[in-house]
Amino acid sequence: MSTDLMQVPEVKPCEQTRRHFLSRLTIAFGAITGGIVAIPCVAFLLGLRKVPSVWRTVGKLEDFQIGSTVNVSFVDPSPLPWAGVTALTAAWLRRESADLFIAFSVDCTHLGCPVRWLQKANLFMCPCHGGVFYANGTVAAGPPPRPLTKYPVRVQNGEVQILTSPLPITG
Amino acid sequence: MRILKFVWSWFDDITGVSGWLIPLAKHPVPHARKSAWFYVLGSATLVVFVVQIVTGIALASAYVPSAGQAYHTLVFIDSTRFGHIVRGIHDFGASAMVILIGVHAIRVYLFGAYKYPRQMGWLTGVALLFLTLGMAFTGQLLRWDQTGVWTVVIAAEQAGRTPFIGNWLGHFILVGDTAGGATLSRFFALHVFFIPAFIFFFVGFHLYLVIRNGISEPPKAGRPVEPRTYRKWYAELLHRDGVPFWPDAAWRDGVFALLVIATIVLLAIVIGPTTLGKPPNPSIIEASPRPDWYFLWYYAVLTLIPRWSENYVIILGPLLLVIILVLLPLVAYKGERSPLKRPWAFAIVAFIVFMIAYFGRVGHVAPWSPRMGAPPLPASVVGVTSGPIADGAKIFHDKGCEFCHKISGYGGIRGPDLTYAGDRMTKEQMETRIYSGGANMPSYNGNITDQQLADLLMFLSSRRRKPITATSRNFPTN
Repeated sequence: MSTDLMQVPEVKPCEQTRRHFLSRLTIAFGAITGGIVAIPCVAFLLGLRKVPSVWRTVGKLEDFQIGSTVNVSFVDPSPLPWAGVTALTAAWLRRESADLFIAFSVDCTHLGCPVRWLQKANLFMCPCHGGVFYANGTVAAGPPPRPLTKYPVRVQNGEVQILTSPLPITG
Repeated sequence: MRILKFVWSWFDDITGVSGWLIPLAKHPVPHARKSAWFYVLGSATLVVFVVQIVTGIALASAYVPSAGQAYHTLVFIDSTRFGHIVRGIHDFGASAMVILIGVHAIRVYLFGAYKYPRQMGWLTGVALLFLTLGMAFTGQLLRWDQTGVWTVVIAAEQAGRTPFIGNWLGHFILVGDTAGGATLSRFFALHVFFIPAFIFFFVGFHLYLVIRNGISEPPKAGRPVEPRTYRKWYAELLHRDGVPFWPDAAWRDGVFALLVIATIVLLAIVIGPTTLGKPPNPSIIEASPRPDWYFLWYYAVLTLIPRWSENYVIILGPLLLVIILVLLPLVAYKGERSPLKRPWAFAIVAFIVFMIAYFGRVGHVAPWSPRMGAPPLPASVVGVTSGPIADGAKIFHDKGCEFCHKISGYGGIRGPDLTYAGDRMTKEQMETRIYSGGANMPSYNGNITDQQLADLLMFLSSRRRKPITATSRNFPTN
C-alpha cells in the first residue's frame, strides 16, 4: 500500500482537541460494545448449575446382606438429558446391621481415582497410587490425606437411599 | 492464457498481493550453511498444526460432543476404514506437534536465538508451547472413554489443591457437581474453538516477528549479541551474505515437512489411533486411568515427590516453569549465543530431556500402582497344592499382599519383592510388619485370623533360594 495515503494534512490547534475527544470517545464506545457482549458470555461460562441433593434409591433393604460391602450406582440429581451414562455415580455400600448402612464415595481422597473393595482383605485399594483404606474408610496406607468421603444413607419404606452429593474435592 | 493474465493483473491491481507477497517470500535470510537443517523445526510444527486442523475438521464432522454419545461416535469413526486412519493421523499428529514444538524450543534455546531483538519471538513461542500442551490434554479427554472421564476427575482434584478457590475451581473444571452432561461440551469448545483461536493469534504474531526481526543467524563462539549495534550488524550480514528465503531455505522446510507428515500417515495406517477404553461410565469402577505419554513424566513426578510437598508442587511447579521460561529472554537478552560458550545450556537441555524420558518411563511402568488384576500364584511357584504353605499362598493373594509384592514374577512392585522373603526375614519380623504396617502398607491387625497369619508366615518363610535355613537380615524399609 502506498504511504502517501497515510499522510494527514497539517493539524490546526482547535482540531487537536476535537480529535483527542473523538479518539477517547471511540475507545470508550469500543469498550462498551465489547463489555455488553463479554459480560453475559463470561457470566454464562463461570456460572455453575446448582442442583439440590436428592435421595436416590439404590436397592431394597432385603437385597443387602449384613456385613457385606457392595458397589451400587445411582443417577445424579437432575442429570442433563444428553448426559447418558456419565449421569451415574458409584458408591460402596455396606449394611452394618439390620437398619444401619454406611456408604462411601468411590473417589480416592488423593486424586479422585475409583477405589476398589477387596472383599477378602477387608480393605479399599486405589489402583492409581496405591492408596489403601480400612473398612471404616480411614487411611490405611499410601498418599491419601483423608478418610474416604461418606454419603448420607437412609432406609425409607424398605428401600435403601443415598443422598447425592457433589464430587468431594480434597483441598 | 491471455485471459488468465488479464484476470491476474486486474486482481493484483486492486489487491496489491504481489507487492507484498513476493518480497515476503524472497526476503533475505542468513546463509545458514551447515546449520541449515536446524531451521526446519518451526515450520514443521506449523505444518503439523495445519494437518491437525484438517483432520480435526474431518473428525468434528462425525463426532458428537455429547457426554452420552461421544463415545459411540468414536466407535463409529473407528469402524470406518478412513475414519480410523484420520483419527490415527490426528492422534500421531498431536504427538508430533508436541515433540516438534519441544525440539524447536530446545534448538532456539541452544542457539541463543531468544536474545535481542527476538525476545518476543521466544515469549510467543512459550505461549504456543503451553497452548499445544493444552490441546494435547483436552484432546485426550475428547477420546471420551473411561480414562477420559477419570482424567477430568483427577484434573478437578488437582485444581482443588489451589488455595482458597480450589473447591470452586475443581467444580468449574467439572462444569457442575460431578462429571456429567456439561463437562464434555466445555472441553470440546476449549479444544476446537478457544485454544485454536489463541494459537492462530500467537502463530500470526510469531511469524510477523520472524519477518520483522529476521531469522537468527547461526551462532558463532566469540560473537556476542550487543543490542546497541545488533540490528545494523544483522542488516549488513544479510546484505553481504543473505540468500532469499524462497527457495533457498524453503526447500528444506518442504522436504522435512513431507518426511514428518509421511511418517505420521504411515504410523496412522500401520499402528492406528489409541484404542478406545471402556465406555465413560463413572459407575464402572474397574478403571486405572493413565495420562497419554506427554504427561506421563509429570504424573510420575507428582507421585514420587515427598507427600508433604504435593500441594506445593501441583500448583507451584507449573507456575515456576512458566516464570523461568518468561524470565529467560528478559534476563539473558545479550551476550554469547553460541552453545559452545554456554555449556550449561547443554547441561540444562540434557537434564530436561533425561527427566522427561526417565520419568516418562517410570510413569509408564508405574511401580506405585498396585497390580490389582494379579492372578493367584500358580502351583509351580508355590511348590505345593495343599497344606499350610498352599493356604498361605492363597491368603497372600486374597489379602491383597500380591497386588503390591512380587513373588517369582507374579504381582505388583509397590512394595519389596518377596520372592526370597524367607532368606531375609524371620517369622517374627514378618509378623511385626504385617501387624504394624508401614507408610505404604496397611496394618493387618484385626484383619487377619491367627490361622491365616500362621499359614501366611509359613508360606513367606518358604520363599527361599535354598530350602535350608538361611541367616536373616534386616527388614527392608518400605
